[in-house]
Amino acid sequence: MTSLDKRPGEPDGRGAIEISGLRKSFGTNEVLRGIDFRVGPGEVVCVIGPSGSGKSTLLRCVNLLEEPTSGSVNVVGVDVTDPDADIDAVRRRIGMVFQSFNLFPHLTALGNVMIAQRKVLKRDKAEAGRIARENLERVGLADKIGSYPAQLSGGQQQRVAIARALAMGPEVMLFDEPTSALDPELVGDVLGVMRGLAEQGMTMLVVTHEMSFAREVADRVVFMDAGAVVEEGPPARVIDDPSHERTRTFLSRVLDPAAARVGEGE
Amino acid sequence: MTAEQMKTAAPGGLSRRRRRQLSLGGQYGLFIVVVVLVIVLADWSTLQRNFANWDVAKGLFPEVITVGLRNTAVYTAVGFGLGLGGGLLIALMRLSSVPPYRAFATAYIEIFRGLPLLLIFIFVGVGVPLAFPGTNIPGGAVGQAGLSLGLAAAAYMAETIRAGIVAVPKGQMEAARSLGMSYPRAMWSIIIPQAFRIIIPPLTNQLVLLCKDSSLVLFLGITLEERELTKFGRDLAGQVGNTTPIIVAGICYLLITIPLSLLARRLEARQREAR
Ligand SMILES: Nc1ncnc2c1ncn2[C@@H]1O[C@H](COP(=O)(O)OP(=O)(O)O)[C@@H](O)[C@H]1O
Ligand SMILES: [Mg+2]
Repeated sequence: MTSLDKRPGEPDGRGAIEISGLRKSFGTNEVLRGIDFRVGPGEVVCVIGPSGSGKSTLLRCVNLLEEPTSGSVNVVGVDVTDPDADIDAVRRRIGMVFQSFNLFPHLTALGNVMIAQRKVLKRDKAEAGRIARENLERVGLADKIGSYPAQLSGGQQQRVAIARALAMGPEVMLFDEPTSALDPELVGDVLGVMRGLAEQGMTMLVVTHEMSFAREVADRVVFMDAGAVVEEGPPARVIDDPSHERTRTFLSRVLDPAAARVGEGE
Repeated sequence: MTAEQMKTAAPGGLSRRRRRQLSLGGQYGLFIVVVVLVIVLADWSTLQRNFANWDVAKGLFPEVITVGLRNTAVYTAVGFGLGLGGGLLIALMRLSSVPPYRAFATAYIEIFRGLPLLLIFIFVGVGVPLAFPGTNIPGGAVGQAGLSLGLAAAAYMAETIRAGIVAVPKGQMEAARSLGMSYPRAMWSIIIPQAFRIIIPPLTNQLVLLCKDSSLVLFLGITLEERELTKFGRDLAGQVGNTTPIIVAGICYLLITIPLSLLARRLEARQREAR
C-alpha cells in the first residue's frame, strides 16, 4: 500500500530515538539540563509538562532545528549531533508536526503534500501526486485537495500538515502540541488521525496536553519540568498515580482547567 | 447660554453655517474668475499650434510607438530584469551568515542608492569605453541603458526583497527544513515565492520609476533606431520647431505609468484586506 505502512523496528535500530545527556542553553539560559530517554521502535511516547519546561526545545533537538549544546541524540540510527551527519537526509526520515501547522500558504493542500516529495525525494509528478492523494485521503481530506491553507479550518490544516510529513515515508513522527492551537471541537479529528498512526506502528514522540489521548495511546509518558525529566513510565502510573509532587501539581492544573487558570494568575 | 444662542451668536454676528457658505462661495468664485480669465486672455490658436498641433502629432506615428514607446519598454524591461536578479542576489547576500557577503551587499546598496542615476548612466556609457578603449557594454543602447538602470534598481530592490524575505514567518523555513529540504532549496521553493507575493506592490512602483528613468538614455550617444520616448520627442520637437512631440511623448509615458500605479495601489489594498 502506501509508504506509511513501513514497519519500524528493523534490527539496525531504525525507528528509534536515543537521547543521552542532552543539554541545551540559549545564552546563559539552560533550557535542557541533561535529558536521557529512549523511544523504542514502534513506541508512542507522550511528553507532558508545564509551559517553558523545554518540551519544544527537546523535540527540536531531535531533528536539529536546535543544535544541542552537549550530549548525544541518535535518531533512526544516525547521531544527529555528529558534524559529518547528513542532516537533510536524516530529516527526510523524521516527520515533524508543529503547533502552528506551518503549511505553505502559496500552495494548495495537494501542493503542500507534493512539494518535498518532488524537490527532496525527486519523485515524478504522477507518483508524488498519487502518494499525496493517498495521504490526504488517509487524514480524511480527500475533498480538500485543491484548497489553499487559508480556506481550511485549523483542524483541516493540521491534518494536511500530518499528511505532508507522512508522504515522505518517515520512520519517526514528532508532534509539538499539535492540537493546542485548535478550537476544542476540531481537536478530535486530529487526535483520531494520530491514534490511527499509532495503531499502524508508527514511532511517535508527542508533546501534548491531551491527557486522555496520552492515557489511551501512549506506551509511556514522560513528565518534564524545568529542563529535566521528573518521572516517566506507563500512562496509568504517571498520569493516574504520579510519584512526584510536581507531577501531581501539574496534572491537577491540566485536568482541572479552572485550577489551571488560577495557576497562571500566580 | 442655550445651544441655540451659541449658534447664532458667533463672532462677527455670523453663524458657522453661514461662514462656511461664504468661504466655499469665495473659493468657487475665485476658481471661476481664473478659468474665465485664462479662456479669454489665452492665445488659443497659438497654444494649439505649438502644443497640440494635429498635423505634427499625426506625423509622429507610427514611429513614436514602434521606436519610442517600444525602446522605452525594452530599456525598462531589461533594467527591471537585471535589477530583480541582482537585487535578489544582493538581498540573499545581505541575509547570509558569511560576513564578507553581508559587507559587500551593504556597501553595494549604500553606494548605488547614494549616486545620481545620471552619473551611473554616464559611467556606463562614457566612463567604461574611456577607461578601456575599444571595449563597450554589449548590446548597444539596450545593454548600456539596461545595465545602468539595473545597477541602480538592484540596490533598491535588494532592500525591498530582503524586507519581503524577513516578513515570511520563521515557521515556514522550519517546516521546509524539517521535510529534508536544504537551505537553498527551502529559500527558492518556499520562502522566495511568498516574499515576492508580499513585495509585488513595491516592485510595481519600481517598474514605474524605471520607466521614467529610462529617459536618461538621452545623455548617451545612441542611434536613431535606439531612441526612446524622451529623446524621440526632443529630437522631433527640434526638427519641426514645435512642442507637440514632447506632449505626445508625455502622454505615452502616462499611458504606461498611470495604469501601473493604479495596479500597484489596488494590489496593496488587496493585501491589506487579506491580512
Ligand atoms: N530560540 C530561543 N531563544 C532563546 N530562548 C528560547 C528559544 N526557544 C526557547 N527558548 C526558551 O527556552 C525555554 C523553554 O522553551 P520551550 O522549549 O518552548 O518550552 P515548552 O515547549 O515546554 O513550553 C523557555 O524559557 C524559552 O523562553
Ligand atoms: Mg512548546
